[in-house]
Amino acid sequence: MHELTIISGKGGTGKTTITSSFAVLANNHVLADADVDAANLHVLFRPQTLHAEPFSGGYHAEIISAHCNGCGKCREICRFHAISASNGQFTIDDLHCEGCGICYHVCPENAIDLAPASTGDVITAQARCGPMVYAELNIAEENSGKLVTQVRAQAQKLAKQHDCDTILIDGPPGLGCPVIASLTGVNLVLIVAEPTPSSMHDMQRVIELATHFNIETCICVNKWDLNQSMTADIEKCAEQHGVQLAGRVRYDQAVTDAQVNGKAIVEYTDNEAAQDVRRVWEYVSQRLR
Amino acid sequence: MRIAITSTGPDTDSQVDLRFGRAAYFVVVDTDTGLSTSHSNTQNLNAAQGAGLQAAKKVADLGVEAIITGNIGPKAFSALAAANIKSYLGATGTVSETLKLFNAGSLQETTTPNVAGHWT
Amino acid sequence: MKVAIASGKGGTGKTTIATSLSHLAANLNHRTVYADCDVEEPNGHLFLKPDIRDTRSAGVLVPVVNEDACIHCGLCGDVCLYNAIVTLGGRVLVYPDLCHNCGGCALLCPVGVICETSHEIGTIDRGKSGTLQYIAGRLNVGQISCTPLIRAVKQDIPKADLVIIDAPPGTACPLIETLHDCDLALLVTEPTPFGLHDLKRAVQVARTLDLPVAVIINRADIGNGDVRDYCASESIRIIAEIPNDRRVAEAYSQAKLITSAIDEYTPLFTGMLADIIEYGKCTN
Repeated sequence: MHELTIISGKGGTGKTTITSSFAVLANNHVLADADVDAANLHVLFRPQTLHAEPFSGGYHAEIISAHCNGCGKCREICRFHAISASNGQFTIDDLHCEGCGICYHVCPENAIDLAPASTGDVITAQARCGPMVYAELNIAEENSGKLVTQVRAQAQKLAKQHDCDTILIDGPPGLGCPVIASLTGVNLVLIVAEPTPSSMHDMQRVIELATHFNIETCICVNKWDLNQSMTADIEKCAEQHGVQLAGRVRYDQAVTDAQVNGKAIVEYTDNEAAQDVRRVWEYVSQRLR
Repeated sequence: MRIAITSTGPDTDSQVDLRFGRAAYFVVVDTDTGLSTSHSNTQNLNAAQGAGLQAAKKVADLGVEAIITGNIGPKAFSALAAANIKSYLGATGTVSETLKLFNAGSLQETTTPNVAGHWT
Repeated sequence: MKVAIASGKGGTGKTTIATSLSHLAANLNHRTVYADCDVEEPNGHLFLKPDIRDTRSAGVLVPVVNEDACIHCGLCGDVCLYNAIVTLGGRVLVYPDLCHNCGGCALLCPVGVICETSHEIGTIDRGKSGTLQYIAGRLNVGQISCTPLIRAVKQDIPKADLVIIDAPPGTACPLIETLHDCDLALLVTEPTPFGLHDLKRAVQVARTLDLPVAVIINRADIGNGDVRDYCASESIRIIAEIPNDRRVAEAYSQAKLITSAIDEYTPLFTGMLADIIEYGKCTN
């Protein structure tokens, strides 16, 4: 089984553009959208949902008002300012509750319930490019390493069922736990950078992370012609970190047009930008073997 | 000697689980008598974080002197060390095959974690 | 007034707009603060090039156990839902990077041998870019939770007429912490299917917090009309549309503020600023 994670650090560099094209170009693969906070691959592919598995992460506390004597101990000890009272009625604000459960322990009346919090669903679906897994979060819930792990586990299960040899993982932004969970144990990481100072800054932080986990890493520079000297700087910086260049993709209006038409760029056109993406895939698929 | 082997299933014919904290089962074997018991690790499998630590606590409570698994991260390793539990890596194939390797002395005790944390 | 500039999706131009607006407001003699709450990837400094005058460490409280007096009852480990404290083999192990700083172990320890100490999770920079006041949080690499740092940044924001907050991407806890106590959420989006999908989620979050929202459409001449239709149907005001201009992308890639790089954008941003300030007057 070969697992590839596509990641960018900063959002908006074209990670989903690249991933969606890979999903179309690859044979015999499962697509996993681990960018749970902004899961966009299903917006593009509009897959048919086969199965939704509820996902819970952490806990939420709730006050059973019938048992509450209004002593206010819970509010006193809550570090997250999640408990408030009006007219002697104590309530817990789910948005601020961290689920630590300490109120549950201090309540002298056992008036606080602590139950697993439902955060969303892990969805197994069939897209035109093959089987895919993504997650839908309830509002104000957040991606977590555990959820990414679950999305990846479901993708691995699907890959076994369908006898697929490759898993493409669209990674989350940032550097936190979800990113780490999307990187650990994969065969290759592709960083999608763009020639901007922010992207270069973030790319270096992502490279540090991938190096820390001893994962093979390569980069591609999207919209490279927007600032050729910055592209050269990015490539040089990657090289200094021992990271190889998978290719460059030029800036092209057709990328947005493809998205509006619900297509990956390589499905929408065979222009030069689409060919750039194809070449990056050729490089990456070679490295994966 | 009582050892715990991480396993994807409840019996000794199951494939070993290469993960420690998020292993599906621990198969505990008494190497003197050859008797084994299995213990589900579902609770840790679903832990939001720190699964390796809870797993270490679990095997300590099971009274084992050593664990055999595929990979181990720094947190779980330090917790096992605190409980004087030895860690053997390089588990492969089924639980009984891994056990044979262990009995033949082919598995090396590790003195350092072999993967970074957050190994899934 | 406090305005958070946010977007569900990354890369929509949030930082570009927040920095240009802040710079312009300060130049127009408003007492303005730019606060970077995108602590995982704080990038505002690249454009504002502030003169940093003060950097402080920001920490959270984590437990320290006096093992000599500990009776090893294991209660601390039992109450910690984050597995950050574990009793094993007659020892208590603490893992600060798993700790959510709830203070429960210290509070509940029956023999009172757990106290708390500060553990650094990031730093907060303060400085000035011309007359604009600058503050930004930067999360240390490897830290899991950024909400305590966002809270600390917000507490350190100096008094001003206008506070422009560069919000973290996504629609989860970091955004909620950022939006909390703001007067307006200004959501930056693109008129594309991805932009619309993520905008809807950001609107839901702002509305859960009872926060008024307004939208800025960036790269307004690409994509389709769905974002505008959605805003019309939800009665969300679109305060500006910024065209898809290669010069803007180039200015960004050279770390220049749009308003400094391209003169003709000044009226657009001045109008946006006037709208925001007017908005603040109405609600106050």
